[in-house]
Amino acid sequence: MLTKRIIPCLDIKDGRTVKGTNFVNLRDAGDPVSLAAIYAQQGADELVFLDITATVDGRKTLIKLVRNVAHTINIPFTVGGGISSVADVSALLNAGADKISINSSAVRNPDLINELALEFGSQCVVVAIDTRYINGEHIVHTHGGRQPTELRTLGWAKEIESRGGGEILLTSMDTDGTKAGFALALTAQVSGDANIPVIASGGAGTMDHFVDVFTTGQADAGLAASIFHFKEIEIPVLKGYLRGKGIEMRV
Amino acid sequence: MKTVIIKYNAGNVQSVMYALERLGASYLLTDDEGEIRSADKVIFPGVGEASTAMAYLRQRGLDKLIPSLKQPVLGTCVGMQLMCRHSEENDTTCMGIFEIDVRRFPANATQGTVRLKVPHTGWNSIHDLRGPLTTGLPENAYVYFVHSYAADMCEHTTATCHYVRPFSAMLHRDNFYAAQFHAEISGDAGQRILENFLTL
Repeated sequence: MLTKRIIPCLDIKDGRTVKGTNFVNLRDAGDPVSLAAIYAQQGADELVFLDITATVDGRKTLIKLVRNVAHTINIPFTVGGGISSVADVSALLNAGADKISINSSAVRNPDLINELALEFGSQCVVVAIDTRYINGEHIVHTHGGRQPTELRTLGWAKEIESRGGGEILLTSMDTDGTKAGFALALTAQVSGDANIPVIASGGAGTMDHFVDVFTTGQADAGLAASIFHFKEIEIPVLKGYLRGKGIEMRV
Repeated sequence: MKTVIIKYNAGNVQSVMYALERLGASYLLTDDEGEIRSADKVIFPGVGEASTAMAYLRQRGLDKLIPSLKQPVLGTCVGMQLMCRHSEENDTTCMGIFEIDVRRFPANATQGTVRLKVPHTGWNSIHDLRGPLTTGLPENAYVYFVHSYAADMCEHTTATCHYVRPFSAMLHRDNFYAAQFHAEISGDAGQRILENFLTL
């Protein structure tokens, strides 16, 4: 049976992980290649790197990093952040990324989704949605969730699919960082409407939150950062727990 | 040993190259007939759309070259589909190395209350494993799939996967091997399959 996926996410700046991590036995806790290798070894189903570098030099560093990570790990590897053109994607795929994730650039220029799907195939085009609940409506935000747009989340999700997006990475700004659980109702709505996989993100704090997002939330994958980095939840333990709850897992 | 990856218009093969490097194998990415014929092992990858890929292969004569190869050949993903008889994707006549057709997964299929999305994306288990490429793998090993079309079950099937219907996750006939999943990013199981192919 097709499994649900557990995906750790690392924030990268100038080739280094930004948020603190709590891995022991690491000479350099900020080294993304070592972290990627550890997560892969622990049974992560996929890895996401989110690059928050703003400078040109930093982007060159990122390409080098992507090459090193892709060379090291043998699971799917997605890179997002600052991608706005076919050329950006080409550089990342040639460095060994299996998928790329776009967000603000897709909102600004939705045709980019079509262009990337046509050029590289839908399978490598992940479109991220940062969403916030405002006055009774789910509103798409850009620029790391700071800037509201005109787009409604459910409508945008459908448009992403119809334009050839391969997967949706749905982050609720309302639950992100709260550790109070994923945005279940919204995730269920987006995933129920979509014929492409939905990766839920934002709010994971306990193992039961993952149970909820895979059952009630109907998510295809669950993404989290700090709970994995700080070893509050370890991936092998989480996957064993989910399997015990009858959720299909690769263990 | 010389391993060749066939170069054509079907997607990014960087992950395949890295996987070979992890196994310590040297390789050449080429569409040159002489290089392909003289290789010890040939990998025929593929991501993308079947009819465009077949048209390109025909234009270069690769559609005749590949079926005539005598050394072990491994087709992956769309590469596997192009080695079959026919694909429903834009009604494409393929190379016919495996006498079986490739059909699309239906939209809106369900399993209980769960909707079976298309493409079939993620880790799924393979079973009824036969043949040399899955030596050392447990039944129900997990591998990573991304595809909307799949080859039916047939006499050449050496691994079965269930999604909507049972389909051929792997095929084997004579010196031709194929895998629908992406062995290069399928964890230790995928690595073992590639290693088994390289040591045939």
